[in-house]
Amino acid sequence: MNGTPLDKKACPIIANHVKVALVGQPNVGKSMLINSVSNAHLHVGNFSGVTVDKTEVLFDYEDYHFTVVDLPGTYAFTDYTIEERVTHDYLCAEDYDIIINVVDSTNLEKNLQLTSELLTMSKKMVIALNMSDEAEKEGIEIDAEYMSELLGVTCVKVSAAAKTGIEDLINAVVETYKEPKKDPKLIFSEAVEEEIAIIVSYLNKHNFQATNSYRNIAINLLKNNKKTYEKLHDEPIWTELQPILIEAARHIELHHDTDDIKEAFAEEYAAFNRGIVTEVVHYTEERKEQKTLTEKIDSILIHPLFGIPIFLFFMWSLFQLTFTIGNIPMEWIDGFFTWLGNTIAPTITNDDVRSLVVDGIIGGVGAVVLFTPNIIILFIGIALLETTGYMSRVAFLLDGFFHKFGLHGQSFIPLVTGFGCSIPAYMSARILKNDRDRLLTLFIIGFMSCGARLPVYVLFAGAFFGEAMAGNVLFVIYISGAILGLILAKILKLTAFKGVDEPFVMEMPKYRLPALKLIWHTVLTQTIMYLKKAGTFIAGAAMLIWFLSNYPHDAELQKVYTAKIEKAVDANQKVMLENRLAEEELAQSYLGRVGKLTEPIFAPLGFDWKMNVALQAGLAAKEVVVSTLGVLYSIGGDVDETSQSLADNIRKHIPFASAVAFIVVVMTYLPCLAATTVFAKEAGSWKYAVYLFIFTSIVAYVLAFFAYRIALVFS
Amino acid sequence: MNNLLNCHKGCKIKVTKIHADTNLKQRLISFGVMKGAELTVLEHAPRKKTIEVKVGKMRIALRAEEAALIEVEEI
Repeated sequence: MNGTPLDKKACPIIANHVKVALVGQPNVGKSMLINSVSNAHLHVGNFSGVTVDKTEVLFDYEDYHFTVVDLPGTYAFTDYTIEERVTHDYLCAEDYDIIINVVDSTNLEKNLQLTSELLTMSKKMVIALNMSDEAEKEGIEIDAEYMSELLGVTCVKVSAAAKTGIEDLINAVVETYKEPKKDPKLIFSEAVEEEIAIIVSYLNKHNFQATNSYRNIAINLLKNNKKTYEKLHDEPIWTELQPILIEAARHIELHHDTDDIKEAFAEEYAAFNRGIVTEVVHYTEERKEQKTLTEKIDSILIHPLFGIPIFLFFMWSLFQLTFTIGNIPMEWIDGFFTWLGNTIAPTITNDDVRSLVVDGIIGGVGAVVLFTPNIIILFIGIALLETTGYMSRVAFLLDGFFHKFGLHGQSFIPLVTGFGCSIPAYMSARILKNDRDRLLTLFIIGFMSCGARLPVYVLFAGAFFGEAMAGNVLFVIYISGAILGLILAKILKLTAFKGVDEPFVMEMPKYRLPALKLIWHTVLTQTIMYLKKAGTFIAGAAMLIWFLSNYPHDAELQKVYTAKIEKAVDANQKVMLENRLAEEELAQSYLGRVGKLTEPIFAPLGFDWKMNVALQAGLAAKEVVVSTLGVLYSIGGDVDETSQSLADNIRKHIPFASAVAFIVVVMTYLPCLAATTVFAKEAGSWKYAVYLFIFTSIVAYVLAFFAYRIALVFS
Repeated sequence: MNNLLNCHKGCKIKVTKIHADTNLKQRLISFGVMKGAELTVLEHAPRKKTIEVKVGKMRIALRAEEAALIEVEEI
């Protein structure tokens, strides 16, 4: 029979396909558990509409095909952060067969808070008691069998770290999947049980048709569950049911001495969970009031005096790594793309096509790939900070200072990253879990001058202040950018992001050694996402800028200069003519025309059309500003900030006051196209990129205007 | 009336009432800070801008403004 088609399953995909939702509180080892399933295929994507990573794991077990969706960690069934919203919406609206609720065995009572809410979902469920090995070490013994019986839900001891119990868990899932749905045994206080009984008997009396049990419906009605209300609202029994519910709510609220039904239910759950924990958890050792390892580490790392210096040291090390080690492969990548361009160029005969492929496509894609080493190192650093639990301490230490400016303690990390490169900075803003905190941080990252702007500053500082002063000028530029960013954050907070402060309530998780596999997985996912999502946009944008600065071609101009260059005998003269040609070509390109067209707009800032073109080209990438100035001031595009002749030319042609205004614009206007693309992705909508453009343009224009006027007085 | 912000490091207290809006209350409850919960004050950030407390086996951080809304009694 071997090899005949009969051997194969008729329809392997549809037959016994089990879709599992993996739910748990943050830091319970959910991702690690999903990673420890052997022979599994990882599937990485995004939850629709948000930048929350969605990991799906596909694997076969016996006759079943499993798809496990790893939902973001959530403390309770709320929608405070994006992650919580994603989990909430998925559990309520998506189609899945069974929930695996992962709980931390070393902290069962707190974890059950979410579990008891899940129990009212009327879905099949299995509870994975994770970190059972750790719990045993701490002398905590959980009677899983008794717990299964008490809750009416199968509980399985597992350890993702030690890879034990994984098979038992899958078996339990299969069993639960095969069995008909049972109602979990969630027992409330007498007051609530009384009201449940009243509603159930009412539904019974009217023989109400429903898929869920009456008890479940009653609980959800009492909890003010929107969906249940919507369903019952159109039923004829609603008119009679409504007064019963109002009376019930009053009774329960009175019983709990509160006016908030949610608070009342939270207390109900907490009481139930305490009961469960007393029944099933036993301590094998006498529990001593001893300082845990985490508390010992915390006494150093969040020390009121040493905490901040220690943190600054960690950050300094991270940036040293990012921008020194990161630069080594960057040179290779740069070299590779240059080589690729040079190798391909001679094979294309058509001038336009060659320029498009070499300068447009290869150049554009190269620019995207170039940042990958930086991003990988930074992501490793951030993943380390997050998985070890140190990130929460950072927020704890710095929130006092940043909150004054309307920011969050964790805003520090993206803002400091911004001094290196805005792209990883925007991406690292993901650590901010709250929408408004994150958006506000995203808007001011650009004011932290990135590495690519340094050449412009070096060039101008060198040209106008001389070598001795240049260093100080650079320092002033960077510091004033940062201060400006904080002030603007405050202004934005008081205007565009007005409203009540988001609460700052955050878990300080146990310190843990990071799991290498998990970090590798996180970093890989995020890097691929960067290359895939941003790459397409950035490459497209780079091609657009290439087009604008190369077209239209003026054949006449080229002919005239080619003739002149051929006639020229002196090599110097030849170079000069070639430069002049480049300048004139750029001047009549679309980009040059825009520069000339916008001259009146920028005249109050003291800019001529050449400066306009340089700044507008800088929208593509800040490095381009220097090379464009090089072309326009007729010394060829092949210059860098150390070029003495460019500095001389600039000093000759640009008045001091205009130069100051120019620097101010470079400090404050829109980050490069690549960064803006990433900004839009991270902010969640292109709408925000438009806001960012308007915001930075206004800031740049106004500040440059004042800088110009003040500098005029002094010069 | 005593609130959480006034408690010293090492203080053991019990929550008697939370004077917060629904949103913040929900957030606190999801971390186990609710009426009847027992807390220990672990650490203060510089200038008491943030405060770290222990609820059950979990450590959580709160801003001074939020801590001031939590009414407590010593145990």
